Amino acid sequence: MTDAAHTYQPGQHPDLPPPSNAVGILAWLYKNLLSSWLNATLTISAAYLLFLSIPPLFQWLFFDADWVGETREVCSREGACWVYIIFWFKQLMYGRYPDAELWRINSAYVLLVLAAIPLFIPGFRWKQWIGVFLFFGYPIIAFYLFVGGSFGLTHVESPLWGGLFLTLVIALVGIVTSLPIGIILALGRRSSMPIIRALCIGFIELWRGVPLITVLFMASVMFPLFMPEGVNFDKLVRALIAVTLFSSAYMAEVVRGGLQAIPKGQYEGAQALGISYWKMMALIVLPQALKLVIPGIVNTFIGLFKDTTLVLIIGLFDFLGMAQLVGTNPDWVGFRIEGYVFVGAVFWIFCFSMSRYSQHLEKKLHTGH
Amino acid sequence: MSEQEAVISKELKVGADVMIQMINVHKWYGQFHVLKDINLAVYKGERIVVCGPSGSGKSTMIRCVNRLEEHQRGQIMVAGVELSNDVKKIDEIRRDVGMVFQHFNLFPHLTVLENLALAPIWVRHMPRAEAEELSMQYLERVKIPEQAEKFPGQLSGGQQQRVAIARSLCMNPQVMLFDEPTSALDPEMIKEVLDVMVELADSGMTMIVVTHEMGFAKTVANRVIFMDVGEIIEQNEPEEFFNNPQSDRTKLFLSQILSH
Amino acid sequence: MAADVQDDLAPTRPAIWNDPRYRAVFYQVLVLAAVLLAGAYIVNNTLENMERRGIASGFGFLTKTAGFSIDLHLIEYKEENSYGRAFLVALINTLLVSAIGIVITTVLGFVIGVARLSNNWLIAKLAAVYIELLRNIPLLLQIFFWYFAVLRILPSPRESHNAFDAIFLNIRGLFTPKPVFEPGFSAVFIAMVVALVGVIFMVRWAHKRQEETGQQFPKFRTSFAILIGLPLVAAMLAGFPLSWEYPVLKGFNYQGGLRMIPEFVALVLALSTYTASFIAEIVRAGILAVSQGQSEAASALGLSRGHTLRLVVIPQALRVIIPPLTSQYLNLTKNSSLAAAIAYPDLVLVFAGTALMQTGQAVEIIAITMAVYLTISLVISALMNWYNTRMALVER
Repeated sequence: MTDAAHTYQPGQHPDLPPPSNAVGILAWLYKNLLSSWLNATLTISAAYLLFLSIPPLFQWLFFDADWVGETREVCSREGACWVYIIFWFKQLMYGRYPDAELWRINSAYVLLVLAAIPLFIPGFRWKQWIGVFLFFGYPIIAFYLFVGGSFGLTHVESPLWGGLFLTLVIALVGIVTSLPIGIILALGRRSSMPIIRALCIGFIELWRGVPLITVLFMASVMFPLFMPEGVNFDKLVRALIAVTLFSSAYMAEVVRGGLQAIPKGQYEGAQALGISYWKMMALIVLPQALKLVIPGIVNTFIGLFKDTTLVLIIGLFDFLGMAQLVGTNPDWVGFRIEGYVFVGAVFWIFCFSMSRYSQHLEKKLHTGH
Repeated sequence: MSEQEAVISKELKVGADVMIQMINVHKWYGQFHVLKDINLAVYKGERIVVCGPSGSGKSTMIRCVNRLEEHQRGQIMVAGVELSNDVKKIDEIRRDVGMVFQHFNLFPHLTVLENLALAPIWVRHMPRAEAEELSMQYLERVKIPEQAEKFPGQLSGGQQQRVAIARSLCMNPQVMLFDEPTSALDPEMIKEVLDVMVELADSGMTMIVVTHEMGFAKTVANRVIFMDVGEIIEQNEPEEFFNNPQSDRTKLFLSQILSH
Repeated sequence: MAADVQDDLAPTRPAIWNDPRYRAVFYQVLVLAAVLLAGAYIVNNTLENMERRGIASGFGFLTKTAGFSIDLHLIEYKEENSYGRAFLVALINTLLVSAIGIVITTVLGFVIGVARLSNNWLIAKLAAVYIELLRNIPLLLQIFFWYFAVLRILPSPRESHNAFDAIFLNIRGLFTPKPVFEPGFSAVFIAMVVALVGVIFMVRWAHKRQEETGQQFPKFRTSFAILIGLPLVAAMLAGFPLSWEYPVLKGFNYQGGLRMIPEFVALVLALSTYTASFIAEIVRAGILAVSQGQSEAASALGLSRGHTLRLVVIPQALRVIIPPLTSQYLNLTKNSSLAAAIAYPDLVLVFAGTALMQTGQAVEIIAITMAVYLTISLVISALMNWYNTRMALVER
């Protein structure tokens, strides 16, 4: 209370530190954890719950876990058996892709990472060209690497593909193909031509209205009926078509959101310059709209990435499918939980970092301009 | 204290009822010292204009009066009741203190009439018909009775602010606080709001107005307070304040604000 | 004469291929023709293929005997019933799991969404961890986790987990006591109805009295008292005419009581916890969308915290929350089709799975299955559009 007795000239009052009951650890604890009886009770019960659950969880995950060994016999203790994951690691990552050819997948990964790094450097000038390469060039290179059959690479059949590799292939193909289709559908939905608009709305609402699993079923049992005799395409391609149809409908709605956000003045400005419809869309409207919907595209991708797990229902062995498969191996019965925890952790890291990235972009779009 | 009382005694008899009394009030946001040793007495019927650069703590000060902000040291008394953590007392004080916000804060899901009648019905336990009649009276007083059935989103900014003033008046407050009531308005709408405020002042309402409208301060206020860096730097009758500012900061502020 | 002048003033007609109206018609005809041609090609191929493989067509199969059993059926169903009946059973199973999932996920989602905004740091952080953990892991993995990692490793019936000798959890499912209504129960039932009607009248009366005199009445507490009290009194007078049929271990399994199959339990758990993480975010966003200024204005008028919430914050937050909430309900319903992966007998498993295998009529069966989901989606979106136009805030 010394300063209260003190009188200062107006405007000369110094900044004083806040009273000790307003800041500091104790004040923080009081304000955030114990400010009322209800609050204190909640804090204590939550803390007790954590005390009950966290230590055993960590015991199981790390301290009691078995990390080294070759067989299930080393896993007799209380903790998790990570030996199981290590033993099946190659299958979980690549499926049954031949050992000698794994470098092809790995080099495609490396190329993807190298090509994508510049996108995250702020102020890098050739971002558009990197984007064009990732969307058009990279898929062709990756296709030759994975499938082979030419340029001296041996052919690897798609039933051998599996694991996380297959999951990534399906999700990336889905996103790369659904974007252009989605753009066309979105433009069609906003078109002034009634028949085109009706067709686009019908297409979009059909796929958005049904679960992915029915689309996959349709692809696996109905597509063979659609084709003339003798034309038969492989299970993976059918799944890819299903995923593309499905995700392009969602993509169309994301792009439509972006198109709606472009002010009318932009269209009028372009028309005043005498630019044709397609040029106006390609040069003025779409670049702005797509930039606005990047967060939406990333979110669609996250959804698609999680949904790829459904392909195991039609008999493809993606990451989760592989975990299910090795879980039924008679030599390794009883380690499903480890498999789920591992697959879940990998999915979580992918999805969480992507969703953080999209939130970051959203924030930048809102404050930037 | 003595200087302050001297100022007031020119207009009001010493010993008039004190409506609001702030004694050695301090407030911090985290480590930041926003209000420093504020001493202020507001007498019944007084019309005070608070001005000062942005970030000087003027909004924070009036928001402390109805406890939208909590002060950490010192005492605030409103109509003889001391503000503390006691929820009952806070509600009691808020019933007697009306507040008008910069961004109107009308309830967008209710019609104008429902906005006005809400508090009389739920706080004053008034029958709906009576509350609506009262609301209509105040709408007429702010000269927009014909907008009663519209939603706030359908009104202009000036009309919305007048509705907000009427909404506060419906609670028959003893003091009205105005937190930059015209700052969010287009220039052509400022006058209609100020007219309502002048009329309110003429009716004898005790008012504290945070504003940059110096014309309003000159004609309506009987005391002008200048705040900077969380302190009351200077206070005086409007004539003295504008013609003969004492502190350099006040002079600088006035030259900036009056030059355009 | 006049006509001549008019003609002079009319804009010159462009060449027909440059007139946007004719262009539009031309493009549309072109696209329509392409779509129809592709459709015809597919239909033609399909018909040929079906003929060659000897697959029947048409919906006649719906009346034929299905010949397979369904583990869970709320309506009467036996192996000799028709495919149509099997379809109905499966549809009801889908709706059952969706409805129960929706109820649980709503409660869970609202609680977690509010907890996320709690002043209590620990509670808010725990809610955040829940949300970020569950929504970033594929639903199918979570279903597998609950089914294979939790419910499938439960002990055999003899070593069941046991709560109060009434609820048993084992590998065969969750067994709970089943209420048995004895003759006198109708009195309790009538008391419930009377209480409900009474509450409705009480609320109306309280509302009217407040309109007229301004006096408020503790509606919630009174309703609560009536709803609990009246049936309780009736039950006491009738000598508690309700008994419970407890599950009892007989042979290898429990008999009697209510049994929930593990597939059902796993599916409901996974669907509701997963969807709750999305609903929690929606609820949080909805509450945050009501600006601080709104509750400040209400407080400044002297409204209590409860009234501020009830009259100002919640009505505005709900407008923001309800549309995305409905689409989460739709997602949950569509996601219930993942039931097929753990063999819960839903529409996809029974109809698009077993029935399709047996009849081979892929086109009809997939079409019916899709049509069911599509109908649910379209009906709900239509309702949503209606709600949105009705509730939209009126703006200038």
